[in-house]
Order: sequence, then C-alpha cells, then structure tokens
Amino acid sequence: MENSITHEFIAERLQEAFGDRILASEFSYDMLSVEIEPSAIVDILQWLRDDRILKFRFLTDICGSHYPDHKGKELCVIYHVQSMENNLRLRLKAFVPIEQPEIPSATSLYSSANWMERETFDFYGINFTGHPGLTRILNADEMDYFPLRKEYPLEDGTRTDKVDEFFGR
Amino acid sequence: MTETTIMDQTTEHKDTALVEQTPAPHTDLHTEYTTLNFGPTHPATHGIFQNILTMDGEIIVDSEQTVGYIHRAFEKIAERRPFYQITVLTDRLNYCSAPINNMGWHMTVEKLLNVEIPKRAQYMRVIIMELARIADHLICNSVIGVDTGALTGFTYMFQWREKIYDIYEEICGARLTTNIGRIGGLERDFNNQVYSKIDSFLKEFPKAFEEFCILLERNRIFFDRTVGTGPISGERALNYGFTGPNLRAAGIDYDVRVMNPYSSYQDFEFDIPVGLHGDTYDRFMVRQAEIRESLKIIRQALDNMPQGKYYADVPEFYLPPKEDVYTKMEALIWHFKIVMGETEVPKGEVYHAVEGGNGELGFYLVSDGGRTPYKLHFRRPCFVFYQAFPEMIRGGMLSDAVITLSSLNVIAGELDA
Amino acid sequence: MSSDIQIAEAPPGYSGEGFFATSIDKAIGLARANSLWPLPFATSCCGIEFMATMASNYDLARFGSERMSFSPRQADLLIVAGTIAKKMGPVLKKVYLQMAEPRWVLSVGACASSGGIFDTYSVLQGIDRIIPVDVYVPGCPPRPEQILEGILKIQELVKNEPLRRRNSPEYKALLTSYGIQ
Repeated sequence: MENSITHEFIAERLQEAFGDRILASEFSYDMLSVEIEPSAIVDILQWLRDDRILKFRFLTDICGSHYPDHKGKELCVIYHVQSMENNLRLRLKAFVPIEQPEIPSATSLYSSANWMERETFDFYGINFTGHPGLTRILNADEMDYFPLRKEYPLEDGTRTDKVDEFFGR
Repeated sequence: MTETTIMDQTTEHKDTALVEQTPAPHTDLHTEYTTLNFGPTHPATHGIFQNILTMDGEIIVDSEQTVGYIHRAFEKIAERRPFYQITVLTDRLNYCSAPINNMGWHMTVEKLLNVEIPKRAQYMRVIIMELARIADHLICNSVIGVDTGALTGFTYMFQWREKIYDIYEEICGARLTTNIGRIGGLERDFNNQVYSKIDSFLKEFPKAFEEFCILLERNRIFFDRTVGTGPISGERALNYGFTGPNLRAAGIDYDVRVMNPYSSYQDFEFDIPVGLHGDTYDRFMVRQAEIRESLKIIRQALDNMPQGKYYADVPEFYLPPKEDVYTKMEALIWHFKIVMGETEVPKGEVYHAVEGGNGELGFYLVSDGGRTPYKLHFRRPCFVFYQAFPEMIRGGMLSDAVITLSSLNVIAGELDA
Repeated sequence: MSSDIQIAEAPPGYSGEGFFATSIDKAIGLARANSLWPLPFATSCCGIEFMATMASNYDLARFGSERMSFSPRQADLLIVAGTIAKKMGPVLKKVYLQMAEPRWVLSVGACASSGGIFDTYSVLQGIDRIIPVDVYVPGCPPRPEQILEGILKIQELVKNEPLRRRNSPEYKALLTSYGIQ
C-alpha cells in the first residue's frame, strides 16, 4: 500500500505537539520508536487517536521491561499503537524509576488496556494510576514479588526433585 | 409413568383453579441475584478459566473473570533460552495451530537479522500455516456444534484433523507441537509423500466439509441458538483490541496477511470474509468461510511452487548440512558456534505480527546481542479479546454464555502464556 | 481371519455347562476395568491429543470409557492431561477429593508427570506433589496410542486389585502423606 505518511512526518508532528515531553525517537526495523515522559502518555495516546491525519486508533500491546543498569530509569513501559486506516505502527516507551514506578493508566481511552496493564503490573510492579482494579492477573494473588524483574530466578528455588548441577545452573 | 400423570393432574387442577385469580406480581416476591461459578473445570469451558456469574434467574447480570490457571511464565523462560530453543515454547501458545506460532517467531528473528528468505521456503511456509489455520478453525467450529448439542460434527471433523496431522508428521515428525521450520527456512524439503498427501487432502476434504456445513449452517435449531447471542459491535470490538475472525465477524476487515504481508502472502488471491452483527453465528460463518479461503491459498501455493533452496543463508542459526560439517572446516566451526551459543546477533528491538488462528499474534523481541533474548513479549490475541467476554454475555442466558465462549475460541495456552 | 481375533484370557476358575465360577475380586476387577468412566481434566496441549484419542480415529470408547464424566462424583478415573500450575493445584486436589473410592489417576504428558519443559516458579512440578498417581504417560504430547496404552495399564491395575486394598494401612498411609483423610 502506498503510504504518504513517513516516519519523519510522525516524529515531527509529535515533537511539535508535545515539545520537551518527547525525549528521543529512533527508527529501526520499519518502526518508529519514541521515548516519552511517563506523565504524558495519556495525552499522547489521545492526541494520536484524535489527530485527523495520523489516526492511531488501535492499541495493539502494552508490556514492560526491566533494565537494572539504567539508574533512575530501570522500568520501562512499552506501548504499541497502530493505525489501520493508514497502515502504520508506532512504539512509545516510557521509563520510570524503580523506587516510584508510576504512570497514568490508559484504560480511559482503550478498554483493552485493562488486562494488559494488570499483566505488566503483575510481572514488573509498575503502578498504573487510575486503573479501575489493578491486581495480579496471571500469577497467584499471594505472590509477593514481581517475577519478571531480572534479579529473580526462573526456577522455583524450593523444589526438591531436580538437581541443579545436572541442568547446568 | 405415574409421575407424568400426577403432574398432568396437578397442572389440570392449577389451570382450572386459577382461572379467576390474577397471578402475583414479581415485585411481591423477594428475589436476589445468585452467584454461579462457571469453571475452572467445566466441560464447556475449553480451557481453564473461571467466570463467577451473577445471575438474575437465568439472565446474566455480571461476571467476574479469573485467569492464570495455566500460567507457565513463557516470557521469563524465553529470557533463558537461545533463539532456536524458543520455537518449542511458541508451539505451546496456541497449540491448535502451532505451526503459525513457529513461523511467526522465525520471521521475527529473521527480521532482526535482516535476512531474505527464498521464495520456495516462503511458499512452503504459507502452505503449512494455512493448514494450521484450517485445523484451528475446525476445532472451534466443531466445538461450537458440540456446545449446541451436535456431537456428530466433532467426530467427523476430527477425522480430517488426523489427515492434517498426517501431513505434519510427514513434514516434521510431530503431530501437535510441531516445532516446524528453522530460523532461515525449513529443515528439509517437501518430499513426494508430502505433495501427494496435501493433494489428496485438497481433493477429499471439501466434500466432507460440505457435509459438516449442511449439518449446521442452515439448521433451524442452530440458528435459534446462535443468531443474536454474544453480540459485539465493530467499535466496541476495536476498543477492546479484537483482531482476527472475531473482529471480522463484527464487520471490520482487518487481516494482518493483507495489511502487512509477510512470507509472500501478497502473491495469493483470497477474500476476507466479514460478518455483520458480531454474534456467534457470524463468528461461526466467518471461520467456515476462512477454511474455504485457506483451501484456495494452499491450492495456489502448490500449483505455483517455485524451484530453489528451502533455506536462506543464516550462518548464525541455521545448522550447516551434515556432509559439510564432516568435511569442511568452516561448516564445522559454524556448527560448533551455533550449538555452543557463541554467534553474534545484532542489538535492537523488533515487533513482528502474524495472523494467527485467533488474530494478530505479535512478537516483541529486544535483543542485547547475547545468546538469549533480553526480553520477549508475546502479544497474544486471546488475552486481549477475552476481556470483552463479560460485556458480550450481559443480559443473555447461561447457555448463550457457553456458546459465546466457545465461539470466541479462547485457547488457555495463549490466554495465560 | 479367525487367527486375527484374540480372545482375552479368562481369570482362573471353574467352568461348566452354562456357568463360570471365579473368585469375586477377579469378577469385580473385570467389571470395573472394562467400564472405567474417565474424568478428562484437560488443561493444555495434551488435552487436544486426548480429544483426538476420544474421537473416531483412536476411539477410547471401545475400551469401555464410553461416557466422559465431567462430574467427579460419577467418575472412576481422573485423567490429568496438561500443565498444572500452582494456581490450579488446589482445584485439582478438590476434584480428586470429590471422587469416590475406588479411584485411579492417570497422568498424561510430561507436564503433569513432572513439570515437563516448564521448570518455572509458577508450574507445579508434577501432580504427584499433591495427589497419588497410578500411571504416568510420558510424551510432549504423547501420541494417542500412548495414551491408550496408559489406559490399558490402568485396566491391568484395576483387574488385579485386591478388594481390601482401599482399606489397607499402606493405602491409608499413602493418603495421609498427601494430607488426604
């Protein structure tokens, strides 16, 4: 499909509309990836949805990531949005510090964000303010740590039937 | 026998006795909502997820969902496994159409490595993926039939799934969790047996499929049960992140194979079936139509299969042929590097989506140049659209909830990952 | 053609004109073994292979398991097919406790037998952590023929089970080791 909207155009428009809340942008593997200020996420998603030219009206995915080496920006929330009319995809990344991992929730805009944010909270402990019911979704409710963070091991340390030496751990 | 005559007598008395009286209005009776636990082990939930339904008699007022009963921590495991060992995990996502997940993962890594796959391998991949799509839709549709009481469709269509399993076994050796293909193409070429099996499948399956269609598509009882149950409109579906047959049944023609074509899908001619109301009947019919479209695609791919190699030159992951490993030094070194995990992978992040059996299956891969991914996230379509289930069943009856759940085709492996 | 048909061995006993006498536990064992009603506790991929076993090609009904009971109260055999996560463990135990004696458990697949490829924090490493298991069928997923062999082995166990086994001290000790009264 012939597309007149280029990635430079999207990056420019975002920069015009949000100024210094856009921290960086990068284009790799056919997708524009924009790093933003966490507090601006709902405004940016709404602007992308309502913009007459861009029309990013579909929230594809929300996930998280943990970079223990970036001090002050350890946890990352990654949003993938999509414009079906223009056949475009965009990635938004918001870094939050691990001491206070808070970011506004996108559930007011997209109902699909509900469970995706719960899953990100379950795995990384990121607090989505304004979420209607932020509880664990996939792990057991009694779990008291956030398992996908890098410091926790994959295996259950209390199991007795597997000898770690034989498995190279 | 005696019971029915006593009942008849009492109803008779009732009719004659109450002829002058007016029945008591409902507001005089004290009613409350009941709570009904639907799952996690229930014959009608195909997979383990729990719904606690609040009901007003037979009408559902609200429902609260609990998922995670089969959470296997795929994303955490993926951070510890080399790239070629993650194919095994992707098998177990949507296990009814495992080859699609395998191919999607391979395409993601190939995107990261910027590798161009030969046309022949792409066509072979298309054939395998469309067979998987037929298998997935066959399970879903026959199970919709089972939930309305038509068990015959299930036994007939499972016979044809065995034929598809036969084809997989010929290609890769496994029936269900196939681990088909390698990063860079396929591990072996299709031999003559594969071609003859696919050919005979394409010749015989449409006739048997017509029998299944005649059984259900225009069946009055099936109509009454499925038309108007579990409806969702196009805008609500988009807001809830629906993709795949469920979204197309609601009227939006979004298909990843057409929007972002991968693996030469642009070479094939096929239609995208779209429904009108987004109810169970539309989802059933969209899947039926998609089975026919998949048969067309397989026929086109078979007829136009190009000659060439069945794998690309991906030295980081594709094991060199054994004859070369035993005779050439370079191949031996590459073999060693791949198995011991010392190959170099570019750093970067890539998102690739394929059209799975249930919708857009996305892979978000962050690589830091190491042996294993730094982060891998699966965008699972079932997880995203299952959130809409309470809204779809509100105001309907319990048996409608059962049918809506089976028509959504929620696979527990993909839901929890 | 008659050489293709194998007649099953009758248990030892006296036979005469129109009657056959054997010990009561052998007779009960035969009756139970050939009419096991399974409860398919299918969670994931092994569940689909189990569905294929139930379907027409590898028919399970010819071994007596005609009626899949989904209510544990009416089932003899609990077939656990698929991964059991730690969240699901209490549910599985509840279903097992609701079954009436005599009950047997068949663990189908690598995940149910030992956790399979999922050696993670959220997966129960084998259902024998929480309930006693009679037969394990390995495989990922096992072919329908293997599942049928598992059922045949259960039938062997059922045929040869002494009548007082469920009241014996060893069995009671086994159940208390799982915390089941």
